[in-house]
Amino acid sequence: MIEAALIFAAICYGVALLLDLWRIAVGPDASDRILALDTMVINVIGLLVIYGIGRGTAIYFEAAMLVAMVGFVSTVAYCRFLLRGDIIE
Amino acid sequence: MSESSHFLFLIALLPFIGALLPGLMIRAGRTACAVFTAVPTALALILLMMLAPAVMRGEVVQAEIEWLPQLGLSASFFLDGLGLLFATMILGVGLLITLYARFYLSGDDPMGQFYTYLLLFQGAMLGIVISGNILLLLIFWELTSLSSFLLIGYWKHLPEGRQGARMALAVTGAGGLAMIGGMLILGDIVGSYELVDILAAGDAIRASEWYLPALILILLGAFTKSAQFPFHFWLPHAMAAPTPVSAYLHSATMVKAGIFLMARMWPVLSGTDAWFYIVATTGLVTMVLGAVIALFKDDLKALLAFSTVSHLGLLTMLLGFGTQAAAVAAVFHIINHLTFKAALFMTAGIVDHETHTRDIKRLGGLRHLMPITFVIGTVTALSMAGIPFFNGFLSKEMMLEEASHTKWLGSYYVIPVFATLGALLSVAYSYRFIVHVFLGPERDDYPHKPHDPPFGMWAAPALLAVLVLVIGIMPVLAEAVVTVAANAVTGADLHPHLKIWHGVTPALYMSVFAIIGGGVLLAVHAPLQRFWNAAPRPEAKEIFEWLVDSVAGLSRRITDISHNGAISRYLAIFVVTSVAVGAAAFFGSGLAAPTRGLLSVPPVIAVGWFMLIVATVSVVMMHHSRFRALVLIGVIGLTISAGFVYLSAPDLALTQISVETVTIMLLLLALHFLPKSTPKESPLGLKIRDGVIAVLAGAGVAGLAYAFMLRDIGTISDFHIANSYEGGGGTNVVNVILVDFRGYDTYGEIIVLGIAGLIIYAVMHALLDGPASRRLRNVDYSQDRSRDRHPLMMVVVTRVLMPLAAMVGLYIFLRGHNEPGGGFVAGLVIAIALLMQYMASGFAWTQARQRIQYHAMIGTGVVIAGLTGIGSWLFGSPFLTSSYTYIHLPPIEEFEVATAMLFDLGVFLTVLGAVMLMLYSLSRIARYAGETVNLEPMDYDPAKTGSGDREEA
Repeated sequence: MIEAALIFAAICYGVALLLDLWRIAVGPDASDRILALDTMVINVIGLLVIYGIGRGTAIYFEAAMLVAMVGFVSTVAYCRFLLRGDIIE
Repeated sequence: MSESSHFLFLIALLPFIGALLPGLMIRAGRTACAVFTAVPTALALILLMMLAPAVMRGEVVQAEIEWLPQLGLSASFFLDGLGLLFATMILGVGLLITLYARFYLSGDDPMGQFYTYLLLFQGAMLGIVISGNILLLLIFWELTSLSSFLLIGYWKHLPEGRQGARMALAVTGAGGLAMIGGMLILGDIVGSYELVDILAAGDAIRASEWYLPALILILLGAFTKSAQFPFHFWLPHAMAAPTPVSAYLHSATMVKAGIFLMARMWPVLSGTDAWFYIVATTGLVTMVLGAVIALFKDDLKALLAFSTVSHLGLLTMLLGFGTQAAAVAAVFHIINHLTFKAALFMTAGIVDHETHTRDIKRLGGLRHLMPITFVIGTVTALSMAGIPFFNGFLSKEMMLEEASHTKWLGSYYVIPVFATLGALLSVAYSYRFIVHVFLGPERDDYPHKPHDPPFGMWAAPALLAVLVLVIGIMPVLAEAVVTVAANAVTGADLHPHLKIWHGVTPALYMSVFAIIGGGVLLAVHAPLQRFWNAAPRPEAKEIFEWLVDSVAGLSRRITDISHNGAISRYLAIFVVTSVAVGAAAFFGSGLAAPTRGLLSVPPVIAVGWFMLIVATVSVVMMHHSRFRALVLIGVIGLTISAGFVYLSAPDLALTQISVETVTIMLLLLALHFLPKSTPKESPLGLKIRDGVIAVLAGAGVAGLAYAFMLRDIGTISDFHIANSYEGGGGTNVVNVILVDFRGYDTYGEIIVLGIAGLIIYAVMHALLDGPASRRLRNVDYSQDRSRDRHPLMMVVVTRVLMPLAAMVGLYIFLRGHNEPGGGFVAGLVIAIALLMQYMASGFAWTQARQRIQYHAMIGTGVVIAGLTGIGSWLFGSPFLTSSYTYIHLPPIEEFEVATAMLFDLGVFLTVLGAVMLMLYSLSRIARYAGETVNLEPMDYDPAKTGSGDREEA
């Protein structure tokens, strides 16, 4: 049962990633791209967790955690760049 | 190790240790400085004299410490008769020069520097003559080139001094390079670099097919050093040095190094036709040519310089004859030349010092004004001429005797005739030195009223002049030294008898002819000089400079073509070369059939692959908009990190995601001050060219990876995996490789990283002081900006995250040795946590709470890592050997402590410091561009937004 759920979830995340990619490629706004990139980070975190569950090891959770911890920092940096120009004032 | 070998080490070390003293002692006065230069020299001389009795008995004193046994290089020293003779000359004349220079140098000259250079040079020279290993000899050989460069260029304010020093360094340095090749061949033939082994293997060397190349390369080194034709031109230009330097370098030391080398290698290399024709002919040509030029030089020192060239030619010729009697004559002439030539140089220096000119045309009639100098100069010049009862006569007679029965290309006349001609010219210029300087009418137009110098200045040449007479009248006194040195040169047991009267021999006729002919030549000197000056002749300095300029021009043209400032060209050259070399290697060797099949591709992985492709292509398409390119790079980084996780490389994934974040932030910081889009400037042809190169390189790498992944190939990974726990005490192979197996690489890398951080800091400093700063100041960044500068929400979130991130960083660091993580990732994680604070609350607020200098952090990191490495020396292991143990502290489980962790701490600190310093440097621009800083952590009062409690930077 869990197998099927994992596969289903993985496919959903895969589709989501492709949609993010579409948004990043076509834009049209810089903010669209940043938002899409951020969503992409979230989706990758999700995929890592699913993969970890599938393999039954904790290592992937750590990786997911670290991605979660630092992934948003770049989003913030992109946003600050758009809003204020200088990311460290 | 015996006492005598200790002495030998001390002798070799004393000048180098002593070189530290004069620079300090000059503060105690010029005399103290000279005394402290003399002390190490005198000590070394005393030690040498304590070894001398044993050497005179025919023993060879040896001392050895292994240095790099893998290379055959050991610090071994070796003192035989030849070494003793040279070492005594170097140290003895060194003492005299120290005394002479004390009075010669003026108050304006930095005397401490002079004596330091002098001792360095003396140490290098001494090293050459007592080295017992030819690799060690090469090191000292190069040291003499370098230290003589400092001495010759001592008067830095004179262009001639600088040019002369450069020329001497270029010529002798190039010869040294050739000699390295020759010595390596020699060592290869014998299988050892120890002089003892090489001297014993003469037959094997002469029989080897590599004999001729080795001979030519070694002779190139010796000829350049000893100023043999056609390399003789550097020596006269080195006369721009102060006279004590000339006297030292060109009588006893530097130029005799080449002679020493030929004498040292005499048992091994001589005795063949090649040796005879190359060495003897070069010597003969140099002897005659040098003497001719010397005769027509008006500068006293130039006259002596070319006479030195001529006498060096004589010595080379004698060694080239390859007979034992000629070797004895050479050894004896080395001593005699030293005594008269050093004294003559000093005399020339005195004349220059007292009359303020060295131009022979402006001198004359000095015998009454400077009687002491006149006596010294005359005695030594007569010795140079080879007049009986002066020591120069004895060795010149022996030379003529040898020349009289040496056959050259079947002719019995070539060598005797030219040798007599050389002797005749030598007599002529020696007479000229006496007659045109001291004799003749007294003049009233000397640039300075001449008189004899103080005792300290004439004491040294006077002593040498006494030696000239003593040896000249009682040659038997020098017999013991000559015998032991000649035995060392020839490797035979000789008993030469030095005497004045040999009976009526051909040599006597040649000598008499030379002495009379020289007088005649001087009588007709004036018309000859006019003729000489009118005759065209090549100017060596111009040829040399033309050569240097054209080589420099050629390399500049190559540089201009390959490094034109466009990075696309560098990359094109680099990538095309790599592809070509890779292709040659790939197609040059056969490829075994694939042993593995392809794995199936899960659909989600295919999505990742597709994302990578699309993002990469999009970067290429959209790179003109820099911000968009940055976002796309974010996609690539993210996908690659996820890929690393999937391919079981969690370490790489952690590193990749952290590096990615830091990179994006640094790039965004820089982008703020750069144009947001790049102009389209590449023409279509260039795009196609670069495109083809890029596709070729990419396809090459992909193809290579594909080919390797289909085959089972044993790699070094197997070794690392097998030995990681036993050897390095860790189960995380990646980390063990970084801090243990390849710890030395990592050590180098963190140093590079630290340097990069510091350079960014320094470059930014230069930028902000330069012309670009005005442009930065005048750019208006204020349009279209959000007024929410430090949003409250973001500040709160980052504060909450800070301890969490620090904890994660610490955790990753501590477990690094056994599980994914380590100092590098930990450093980046902490750096990101700090960066978040900077972003949220602004630079000034955060910086005010930052207590540790980032520079210091880099330095501390490198030092900790280095000390950890050195620590293993204390336990007798090589640099960076790691060791580990298990510790049990009650509340915690038993855990492992490895020295590698200390090393990792160094990595951690360096990474953190470097990253933060880069960020600090980049964000300084903003402050410089007139941006204000905030004093509060966040904008909690909306009424004040955009202004209020901020200060101008």
